[in-house]
Amino acid sequence: MAEYEAVIGLEVHVELKTASKAFCGCSTAFGAAPNTHICPVCLGLPGVLPVINRKMVDYALKVALALNCRIAPHCKFDRKNYYYPDLPKNYQISQYDLPLATDGYLEVEVDGRRRRIGIIRVHMEEDAGKLIHEGEALNPGAYSLVDLNRTGVPLLEIVSAPDIHSPEEAYAYLTSLKAILQYLDVSDCKMEEGSLRCDANISVRPRGSEVLGTKTELKNMNSFRALQRALAYEIERQSEILARGGRIKQETRAWDESRGVTVSLRGKEEAHDYRYFPEPDLVPLAIGEDWINRIREELPELPAERRRRFQEQYGLPPYDAAVLTASKSMADYFEACLGHYREAKTVSNWLMGDFSRLLNAHGLEPEQAPVRPQDLAELLTLIDEGTISGKIAKTVFEEMFLTGKKARTVVEEKGLVQISDEAAVLAVVEEVLAAHPGPAADYRAGKEKALGFLVGQVMKATRGKANPALVNKLLKERLE
Amino acid sequence: MVIISREEVEHVAWLARLELTEEEKEAYTHQLNAILDFMQQLNELDTTNVEPMAHVLPLVNVLREDEVKPGLPHEEALAGAPDQDRGQFRVPKIV
Ligand SMILES: [Zn+2]
Repeated sequence: MAEYEAVIGLEVHVELKTASKAFCGCSTAFGAAPNTHICPVCLGLPGVLPVINRKMVDYALKVALALNCRIAPHCKFDRKNYYYPDLPKNYQISQYDLPLATDGYLEVEVDGRRRRIGIIRVHMEEDAGKLIHEGEALNPGAYSLVDLNRTGVPLLEIVSAPDIHSPEEAYAYLTSLKAILQYLDVSDCKMEEGSLRCDANISVRPRGSEVLGTKTELKNMNSFRALQRALAYEIERQSEILARGGRIKQETRAWDESRGVTVSLRGKEEAHDYRYFPEPDLVPLAIGEDWINRIREELPELPAERRRRFQEQYGLPPYDAAVLTASKSMADYFEACLGHYREAKTVSNWLMGDFSRLLNAHGLEPEQAPVRPQDLAELLTLIDEGTISGKIAKTVFEEMFLTGKKARTVVEEKGLVQISDEAAVLAVVEEVLAAHPGPAADYRAGKEKALGFLVGQVMKATRGKANPALVNKLLKERLE
Repeated sequence: MVIISREEVEHVAWLARLELTEEEKEAYTHQLNAILDFMQQLNELDTTNVEPMAHVLPLVNVLREDEVKPGLPHEEALAGAPDQDRGQFRVPKIV
């Protein structure tokens, strides 16, 4: 389907990690017993008044500035009206025609190419509650249960321009956005807990065409991978319809993870008719230069700056710098290691290799790893000292990760200390040469490759513990 | 002058989940048109250089600090619910 080009815009909702809700003092803590973090305000009981949480605005401003947006000097909240049981007031407090911020951009890198994706708007709103559909087995369709703990938790909606043209770019956009949000420390960004959610608008058009095709709205993508797969599926589906002369229907479609398809939500979503009007219970916000400057001064180093610094300060290749800084906690871990060990590239190799592999396998974040930065540094020092070989170090590291033991302890317990004693290694070398006269003769006859076999035999006989440089040296001397 | 049609009144009633009789639809269409017609007078004013008013009060930036305050006790929060189950509001099945 190479003759069609996709046009994608992403709508991201992210819960801000304030302590209290957007317009009332209820706790935002995740995982509480249902309906224990609610009050008359977030329940929408008659006669209550919401009051804006200052930290929500501060956090929203941080995000808007980090996304290079223009901050509106005046903005207000509006009521978005619709009936749904997860919304006890029958309206959501949101921002409609005067959002907090507009016209920003985010830089992403795909296949080594850097691109700017436009940000149309960033606005504040409140989250809705959670519905659990019950009674499926015995009495299908009987009732739904409503937990309103999440109702009123501050939410940012971040809308991208339709500047994204592939599932890979969408993935890169979401990854960069998540990194920025984590660096700003304004959200947990956990898709599995619903603190980061993403919907997509997608259409396709013949490559080279400037006219936009009819779009569909995709929902229910619960992971970054799901987003990528759903977009790939939808591009394929729409391209096929157009290729056989059909027409795309403008509709909302849900991603079905288990079947790997998008399905129409026909009829379940009425045409949007939210009858927005200004929220009379909240007075507008006037965000002046002093407020913006105070927030600007609080901005931490962001991923793009940190990536550049890693290249300059530590001499890392661009690839390493990009991988390490994509996650704030990985970049922090890296710098913590460098507090105990000097070779930046060596640390980078370990973090991108074995460390990342083990983190993924155990579903852990760097700061949760059983191996602390100083423990990894100690392991690397043991290699430099010649106590263990680089190869054995991998075994030691895995054991450290599984048991939480320190490098020296593992090395001692498992008897993995490298044999660097010349006499001891020489004895094994002599044995190997005696046992394999053929390869020894081959090497003497000029077959360099035979040496590798002999080194392997020595390493095998010493269970990998012989100092490889010493083995090489002694073998060559004996074979002269 | 007809500003709002009977169909629009029916649509708005549906959005507000109001069930109207034929007589009510007729009456509300008439009344709403009278109100909107009256409001038309505002269009006669030149508002070119008047900033839109977002709120009737001359106030901005009424904010609270991010502090957790106790909410409603669980039982009290659910006391007004027509139906409940395991600490949750129970509503007719919503797909
Ligand atoms: Zn509340």
